[in-house]
Amino acid sequence: MSGPVARTAILREPAPSAITAGIALFNRHRVSVVIWLLLLTAPVWLPLVGSYIQLGSQVLVFALTAMALNILVGYTGYISFGEAAYFGLGAYGTGLFLKFVAPMTLPAVLAGVALGGAAACLIGPLIMRRRGVYFAMTTIAFSQLFYFIAEHWNELTGGEDGLAGFQRHAIDFGIATLPLHDADFYYFVLFFFALTAGIIAMLLRSPLGHTWLSIRENARRARYLGLRTDWYVWAAFAIAGTLAALGGSMEALLNNFTSPQDLYFIVSGNFVIMVVLGGMGTFWGPLVGAAIFITAQDYLSSMTLNWESFVGVLFVVVVLAFPRGILGLRRNGRNGTKRGQSGRDQRVRA
Amino acid sequence: MMLRLDHVTKRFGNLVANQDISFSLEPREISAVIGPNGAGKTTLFHMISGFLPPTEGRIWFDGQDVTDLPPTRRVRGGMVRTFQITEIFPELTVAENLRIGIETHMGINARPFVSRATRAEVARRVDALMALTGLSDKADELAGELAHGDQRVVEVALALSLEPKLLLLDEPTAGMAEHETDMMVALIKRLHAERHLTILFIEHDMSVVFGIAQRITVLDYGRVLVSGTPEEIANDARVQAAYLGGEA
Repeated sequence: MSGPVARTAILREPAPSAITAGIALFNRHRVSVVIWLLLLTAPVWLPLVGSYIQLGSQVLVFALTAMALNILVGYTGYISFGEAAYFGLGAYGTGLFLKFVAPMTLPAVLAGVALGGAAACLIGPLIMRRRGVYFAMTTIAFSQLFYFIAEHWNELTGGEDGLAGFQRHAIDFGIATLPLHDADFYYFVLFFFALTAGIIAMLLRSPLGHTWLSIRENARRARYLGLRTDWYVWAAFAIAGTLAALGGSMEALLNNFTSPQDLYFIVSGNFVIMVVLGGMGTFWGPLVGAAIFITAQDYLSSMTLNWESFVGVLFVVVVLAFPRGILGLRRNGRNGTKRGQSGRDQRVRA
Repeated sequence: MMLRLDHVTKRFGNLVANQDISFSLEPREISAVIGPNGAGKTTLFHMISGFLPPTEGRIWFDGQDVTDLPPTRRVRGGMVRTFQITEIFPELTVAENLRIGIETHMGINARPFVSRATRAEVARRVDALMALTGLSDKADELAGELAHGDQRVVEVALALSLEPKLLLLDEPTAGMAEHETDMMVALIKRLHAERHLTILFIEHDMSVVFGIAQRITVLDYGRVLVSGTPEEIANDARVQAAYLGGEA
């Protein structure tokens, strides 16, 4: 192991100055600038690299949901294997609204978010006191409950065959109409993705976000400060669920279809994989994880029926090579500079 | 009276951990509890801070009977303790650690956004607290990567962020190197002098105890053996016997 040697070298770094601090600050923002530029120009460059716009929309939908899940998994320290419940409810809420209520896209999005968000808010109190594996198991149980409801309530949901017979409609802004074809639908999804990213960034800068971090780091200590940690876990769960429902709503609009598969726990597992792949508790990690996951899935599934095995192998390789995920460089205190991928030997010291 | 224990007894089955303990603490007093291992110091601390209920007796804090209040209620009332095993937020920076305490004290934890003014006020309080505890130059270091002594200081600072009236320190210098001990002693003295805090602490290091405490309570076999000024304790034959017996 080269760990101890690397450590010593790091410890002997020259004292940081205002200049290095400035560079670190610029570096942090540079990542965001590059990511936003790539996302804004994706419809232009995706075809050039042999991909297509719908795949870009799909990445955004899953990235949005994985970023929402990251609130819970990465920032509060609670693993949910049931996020598909709220994703799927968002999809059904939107699909049912379009099919049975009114062919209006934006109200349908709201309906999906309201349905999934309400479910997350109501289920939250039932699971917020559970920890670790018990928390994860309970989230699975609730998601499977919704899965079976969707599968069996044929008259409303279309049962196993899924909910079809609805589609996204052009949005009329009075002065202009947004037709929501492939390219402008991408920007429609990007708008909601940006909204979600903005909300999460705001939350992480807020006292609520700081409280989540304290629960992740040492829940016992947080409780002794006088914090009712259960309710902050509830807040994380409710917000993550509501934003996941927004992701689900986008999924329904993207495919003009939804099915019980969107509620299935395998989908929940995929969201967790995206978060872990990109880096738990890193802002852009879930986007990177989603991009890799969706691209690999798209590419491999065109070559082999057995694509899931290969995605699994990819996941194992990434996790072994980057224990903290691809963007999961461990934070080093000084100037926000990052320390290398040596998470394990650094843990030993404590 | 800041703190008063009224005939407090704690039994675990047949084992009597604390028997009929009565003592009190005046505001701004700095007092130590000492005693050989197993004398019941930690049990006593757990009862004062609310982690264990007494079997008999009452505990009064700041004019209120707190015997039946849970730890967090006592914290909100202004009684804050530190722990023998350091309890901090390891992968957050020192400043972030203290920020959580300060936002808790300001009661703004649940806010999903705050004004620029509030953010500035939080930052100002964090800076003041780091200046008071000598942590300013470690503000941006991860708390879990600090030296042991500095981690203990972070914990004390975290307790201070709640602006307690009574600070309970459970072996504040345990496991510390000599220069770290000196640093902690200086900090405790400064807190007492500048913040007018009432402080009660458990300690093994006699130079620390006699260096800081205005009053010392000696426990032996779960009872108060004697309580008095450092001079009285130093010259007390029973204390010497208990310690010679305990340490042999």
